[in-house]
Amino acid sequence: MINIKEIEEMKIKELEKKYPFAVSFFENNHLNLEGYDEYTFEQYLNHFTEEEIEEWAIDIERMKVDFIVYMNQMLAFLGIKEADQVNSLTIIAGKDKYREKEHFETFTIHKGEIVSIVGPTGSGKSRLLADIEWTANKDTPTERRILINDEIPDKKWRFSSSNKLVAQLSQNMNFVMDLTVMEFIELHAKSRMIQNEQEVIKKIIDAANHLAGEKFDLDTPITSLSGGQSRALMIADTAILSTSPIVLIDEIENAGIDRKRALNLLINEEKIVLMATHDPTLALMADKRIVIKNGGIHKVIQTNDREKEVLVELEKMDKMISTFRADLRKGEILKK
Amino acid sequence: MNVITISGPPSSGKTSIILKTIRVLHERKLKVGVVKFDCLYTNDDILYKKAGVPVKKGLSGSLCPDHYFVSNIEEVVQWGRKENLDVLITESAGLCNRCSPYIKDIKAICVIDNLSGINTPKKIGPMLKSADIVVITKGDIVSQAEREVFASKVHSVNPKAITMHVNGLTGQGAFELSTLLYDEKEDIETVKGKELRFSMPSALCSYCLGEKRIGEDYQMGNVRKLKLGDEND
Repeated sequence: MINIKEIEEMKIKELEKKYPFAVSFFENNHLNLEGYDEYTFEQYLNHFTEEEIEEWAIDIERMKVDFIVYMNQMLAFLGIKEADQVNSLTIIAGKDKYREKEHFETFTIHKGEIVSIVGPTGSGKSRLLADIEWTANKDTPTERRILINDEIPDKKWRFSSSNKLVAQLSQNMNFVMDLTVMEFIELHAKSRMIQNEQEVIKKIIDAANHLAGEKFDLDTPITSLSGGQSRALMIADTAILSTSPIVLIDEIENAGIDRKRALNLLINEEKIVLMATHDPTLALMADKRIVIKNGGIHKVIQTNDREKEVLVELEKMDKMISTFRADLRKGEILKK
Repeated sequence: MNVITISGPPSSGKTSIILKTIRVLHERKLKVGVVKFDCLYTNDDILYKKAGVPVKKGLSGSLCPDHYFVSNIEEVVQWGRKENLDVLITESAGLCNRCSPYIKDIKAICVIDNLSGINTPKKIGPMLKSADIVVITKGDIVSQAEREVFASKVHSVNPKAITMHVNGLTGQGAFELSTLLYDEKEDIETVKGKELRFSMPSALCSYCLGEKRIGEDYQMGNVRKLKLGDEND
């Protein structure tokens, strides 16, 4: 923890040197630091004229408070160590839509495990995912409880914007920014305060290309990536850059991406993976699957050996389809 | 009665978020009313009526919408009390990005959406910077990375606020938001004597008073000129 006294007396150039992330606070509040190197933070705050304060809607007192909060949150964020790691996630049964107890007692998912979630649309999948994200403690409509590392989690997971428990890969995987792949990853890396930016960017692009059917490079605008390439980039980026220990996936479409590799990538990065899907290949790739019915967890099924045999068949079919797809793209005649 | 001021750029999803949140508050048997402030047109009052929510609307017309808001807020609070509301929500659009209708000691929520571009948090002034809760919408149509970047930009301009993602269409996150809104112990009888969190822009020039003609001859009062660089030559 740093306090306002220490900061007030520091010169801007010292602040920049000691806490490089302080610069983005000034940038995003569009406060110009150029030429104020030798000012202390206090002097800097006091240099604004009445006119500037009015004109740019600056609130000096508020800015002081915000800056300290920001600095301490950033320091806390950068200092996240082993102690904050999520090794397991436990769901304790609540009630379904008819107020009946769910058909299980507790269910624990460990780091590196994949769990799929199946059930008809509107059966309560989103509520389950939301309960996890909110670390429910009998205070949501389902009255479920969520434990992290076998303990009632710290409330910080609910409100921290820089340190969320859950990263979500939604079904419509669109990009809306007008940037190249390079600029995009760079921007994300900056917001995550990554030290070895270039290295991480390379790692992400390599991983994404490993997943995608068609390769792409760093100068490609993200909006012109194909569906498969977009999904590959998003999954690689989430696996490597996102600090969230739990990844929720809402279906991965089959086209243009190697889904098995995608899941392996997430697991290798020590994530807990929950995946809502109706695709048998994906569902069987999971170690366990949760069946949702009437707003509650109806049962938990362990993927057994016979199902794994079915998976082998399914994967053969998938492979056949993707080979045909690749041939089609190359302009070849398809044959059995 | 609790009072909550919600504001945010046009089409950011304020009404959808409020409707979804009210649905949860209704389950707790709380009576919620809404006063919608807008500039020229709104038919959101119909949506609120349909949801069984007592609603009033105020169109500022030729006046600055936030100035109009402050001049009416006390009457609005009294209306809420007369209706025996547990929660009174005011909804207004921040039209010039400089204004904000937030009042000291009254809960303030800013709604902005992921689609508005990553530089938006930088462009919005006190409306975002002095909010207690920032609700980010339309998260389902952008990527995880874009959501994270956007949230971090919001965080750097308002680190004290609670930042939440709420989906106005599915209502995901509305339950969570609702838990932060109602405080049993709070009872606002009046806002008379309370203060705005931030002053509104000062402006009084001939155009405020209806002047339409262009040219220096017609400009009076608070007038400032754009610096185009020639004056230094």
